[in-house]
Amino acid sequence: MAEPTTADGFADADAEATSAGPLPRSRAEQRPLPGPLAYLLLVRMWSRAASQYRVSLALTGVAQVFTTCLDLIAILVIYSQVPVIGGFTLAQTLYLYGTTRLAFGLSDLVASGVETLADSIRLGTFDIVLIRPVSTLAQVLADQFTPKRFGKLVPAIATLIWAVIVLPVQWNAIRVILCCFTVLCGFVIYCALWVLSGCVSFVAVDAREVANTFTYGSEFATEYPITIFGRPLGLALTFVLPVAFVTWQPTLYVLGRSDPFGLPGFLRFASPVAAVLLSGLAALVWRACIRRYRSTGS
Amino acid sequence: MTDPIILAEGLTKTFDSRARTGRFKRERTAFTAVDGIDLRVARGELVGYIGPNGAGKSTTIKMLTGILTPSSGYLRVAGYEPQRDRVRLARRIGVVFGQRTTLWWDLPLADSFTLLQRLYRIPPRRFAENLDFYVEELGLSEFLDRPVRQLSLGQRMRGDLTAALLHDPAVVYLDEPTIGLDVVSKHAVRGFLRELNRRTGTTILLTTHDVDDIERLCSRVVAIDHGRVTYDGSLEELRADRDLETVVRELYTGRSLVDTTE
Repeated sequence: MAEPTTADGFADADAEATSAGPLPRSRAEQRPLPGPLAYLLLVRMWSRAASQYRVSLALTGVAQVFTTCLDLIAILVIYSQVPVIGGFTLAQTLYLYGTTRLAFGLSDLVASGVETLADSIRLGTFDIVLIRPVSTLAQVLADQFTPKRFGKLVPAIATLIWAVIVLPVQWNAIRVILCCFTVLCGFVIYCALWVLSGCVSFVAVDAREVANTFTYGSEFATEYPITIFGRPLGLALTFVLPVAFVTWQPTLYVLGRSDPFGLPGFLRFASPVAAVLLSGLAALVWRACIRRYRSTGS
Repeated sequence: MTDPIILAEGLTKTFDSRARTGRFKRERTAFTAVDGIDLRVARGELVGYIGPNGAGKSTTIKMLTGILTPSSGYLRVAGYEPQRDRVRLARRIGVVFGQRTTLWWDLPLADSFTLLQRLYRIPPRRFAENLDFYVEELGLSEFLDRPVRQLSLGQRMRGDLTAALLHDPAVVYLDEPTIGLDVVSKHAVRGFLRELNRRTGTTILLTTHDVDDIERLCSRVVAIDHGRVTYDGSLEELRADRDLETVVRELYTGRSLVDTTE
């Protein structure tokens, strides 16, 4: 076994320092950068990269506003023909739409970087994520962040404000808190779904479409009153893929309605539980996927 | 000195793959990429890790960095168990993949470096000193402001080397660092690596298909084939006054004249 080529040797186990070389670092600096900080750092870097092309950024941002409006227009068209869908009036459906869209828009803003994961696994560039001294999830979520995603929030916020004003609802403290919680828990649940959809890429590299049914599919399913899907599918959305907790259940309380499927009342307040459980599950599955990552040849 | 910075015992990686054998039937086959490797590298060594394509070099390096989880065996790098302590180990190691860059494609080179400073929590003074040193040593100043995607392969490789070293890693893995480079760039990279190893005592593990790399850089050579170590010893012993290229060819085709392992 060859000896080190330097003359001064390496008596101190942790000193690879020589005259030109590194100084030993202090203990405090040895702790890795926390995930949220790393996330913000990377988001800022990607935003800066995106804003190098200002015109393009502005245009795509505006385009996001319009494409998000399309399904809003669809809802308006349907209601111009029938007064009630699945037992819900226009204002009620728009409240549901607004909260769902806002929760999803926020998760899209924060977590849709996951969508690039399939490509980075296929091309093997995910290796580089694994050699950085920060959380893998922070890096993946921040990937390719672009401020244009704020565009999706505009119609959502406008619709929600309009619905809140128009709805014949007594806005007491519980309802206001529940409304905020609807958006917050919805945001967390969707983020967990983004992460789980990313995990699909580890198992089946070409399964992006499958993964999209989790995220965009869940979002679509919760924009409308779940009653339109009928009882079996409605229950499946509640308990199998618990997206009903995103907006449907708390909204029933806010609108002062009983559950059309006859589910017990405490479920109206179960969104935080669903959010915690689902994000815990997502974190566990993510870790398992990282452990089983196979990389590519080369 | 007594503690090796890289210690692997019986390191093995097996990949499961399923091949379709019929309409519904699938056959599971296990492919062993790395098959019980023993490796001890002392601090400050410069080791050439060679072997034919598909011998298991990259798989080994990916286990040493924590990218892949070993199927079995014992592994410690700088005192860490790579896959479990991956995040903490990451600050003690540097990695260069010759085939792909670790820099941010759309960012100017200098911005990649400042981002790395924050991610690796390199103290500002240390960072400034190191950056100055590498900019000088590798001649980066003329393209620091250019986005990485606009750099030539040689420039990019120099950028990648800097990126892997700014945080003063104890171990650096270089996976084919001279691949695709012209003679001048190769020469520059080799000179730099030798100087780095000499001055800072950074341990270097290098995979390459370039016999010149081995000849000019490595004091020790570890060769593997089919996931097993076929030679581990000094360069002089391996060569024994013959042309290194012939020796390596013999090693790769399995007609080794040198007695293998311990």
